[in-house]
Amino acid sequence: MTGVSAILNGIFEPGLFTSEPVRVAVVVGGVVSLVSAVVGVFTVIRGQSFAGHSLGDLGTTGGSGAFLVGANPLWGFVAFALVGAGAMELFEARRPRQRDMATGIVLGAGLGIAALFLYLGTTRSNTTGATITILFGSMFVIRASMIPVFVLLSLSALAVVALLYRPLLLSAVSPDIAHARGVPVRTVGILYLLALAVAVSLSCVTIGAVLSTAVLIGPAAAALRLTKRPGLAITWAALIAVAVTWLGILLAYDSYYWPPARRGWPVSFFVVALVFVVYLLADLASRRKARRQSAHAVARREDRVGLPGDSDRTGPAGLGAR
Amino acid sequence: MTSPDRFDARPEVLRLEGVSLWLSGREILHDVGFSLRAGELTGLIGSNGAGKTTIFRVILGLETPSSGRVLFAGHPRPHRNRLIGYVPQSIGLDPDVPLRARDLVALGIDGDRFGIPLPSRGRRRLVDDMLEAVDAQAFADTRVGKLSGGELQRSLIAHALISQPRLLLLDEPLASLDIRSEQEVVGLLARIAREQQIAVLISAHEMNPLLPVMDRVVYVASGRAASGSTEEVVREDVLSALYGHHVDVLHLQDRILVVAGKDEGHHLELEREQHALPPRGLG
Repeated sequence: MTGVSAILNGIFEPGLFTSEPVRVAVVVGGVVSLVSAVVGVFTVIRGQSFAGHSLGDLGTTGGSGAFLVGANPLWGFVAFALVGAGAMELFEARRPRQRDMATGIVLGAGLGIAALFLYLGTTRSNTTGATITILFGSMFVIRASMIPVFVLLSLSALAVVALLYRPLLLSAVSPDIAHARGVPVRTVGILYLLALAVAVSLSCVTIGAVLSTAVLIGPAAAALRLTKRPGLAITWAALIAVAVTWLGILLAYDSYYWPPARRGWPVSFFVVALVFVVYLLADLASRRKARRQSAHAVARREDRVGLPGDSDRTGPAGLGAR
Repeated sequence: MTSPDRFDARPEVLRLEGVSLWLSGREILHDVGFSLRAGELTGLIGSNGAGKTTIFRVILGLETPSSGRVLFAGHPRPHRNRLIGYVPQSIGLDPDVPLRARDLVALGIDGDRFGIPLPSRGRRRLVDDMLEAVDAQAFADTRVGKLSGGELQRSLIAHALISQPRLLLLDEPLASLDIRSEQEVVGLLARIAREQQIAVLISAHEMNPLLPVMDRVVYVASGRAASGSTEEVVREDVLSALYGHHVDVLHLQDRILVVAGKDEGHHLELEREQHALPPRGLG
């Protein structure tokens, strides 16, 4: 044992595994990232990235409001994201174009109030620390007593997505097919938006309101480059999200003696930077695979020129064309 | 329209009775009535905006008629309807969406159910059989967003058929297909109708590709419909009454041209270069 810990201490800063803030960050950060990534896969499939980002920004209003009245920002984030989701749904017509407009209107109103709250908070308490925490988050300031709350909220968001798995996929293929099959398309949409609101507000606290989009969309987008199967995409996204979060915590802890300030770099920066790197790598891998496959396809086609089916490829734009 | 006796032996799957639909002050459908029978392929023919898609939406329960009735085998439409397979004209899937053709087909089994499906051998075999039935094995593992028009069409048909519906609705399945895919899809649909004894309703703005396989036609113009065999419906007197002004029906070898002048704009049923039509029941 001592040998192992000596090796670990050689690689990592001593005290990494005994520090309570680190332990809390590992648990809460891991769970929240996992849920964000799973929910995020459907956000990407449904084309709701803008809504996901806006819910994070709206959470800022709640987070800053909660700070102003001295409550735990988490509740502010959750409450305002849920209210925001409800408002978006109320404004929303069924067409996606109008959906973006509804999101934009709610977002604008919410951010105006957030600006006021942040201003009042800063001028009253004479500190910019709260603003930084709300906008950019920090896993290291989460209290251990909040772990059950984070886990419970995460599980509820995860349960909603698991329950709606098939109807969400079917409505993504075609809302009309789903509707004709008896799927309550609108209810499914509302429930999903609420799960999204919860997931986003959780990552607002761990990663920050401004950066929550990165953990929502990034791992999902990378996973979609890596696989064409829905179940695998979700698994990949979850693995990527947890891995980058834990690695980010490690680097942040390690960065304590880094220049310029020698008081550590923010963990959110590391996580988001790693998400970006992973996406680039996944994109590179998928491009390579596509090149290999098209080379194979050309070779195959040369073997069987003129067989039926090939003409499809050269036909007019498919029905999928928008 | 009276229908020939040979149709009446087949069980009726769907009947529309005097269906009218008003949407925001406009009458979209006026007194539309027809019936579909098992094993028959029916063409829902009309120009764009005539009301074809609205008729589909009424059948699917996406619109409620202002008056009239829609009956399934003599009963009102059930809420959770697996009796109808539906193939929409277009689906707007991004190429990145992680769904293969076989996942799309599997969603046809129970995509309306809650929870995560457990993979099983029976499920997989069902999907494989369906892919084979529409000749889609070659692209079973391709992302849906990357399929060609004909491949997507066949995948959607498999998706619609796997829940063993009594009625299959296809909204403009031949639009934007090249001629070879068009003939393949038409042949496939004719085969499905006869072999599985399903009522198939295909909407099209061009009836000629369907002529060799169509048992019955429902011709739609300005929200009104006339139905029966091609010989009964595609006639100058019937169509002129439907359009409300004189219409010319020209026969060119085994093709039909409908020239509906004035109000409708010059609507020509013949929109493409003539091509050899496949024999009845190709596939």
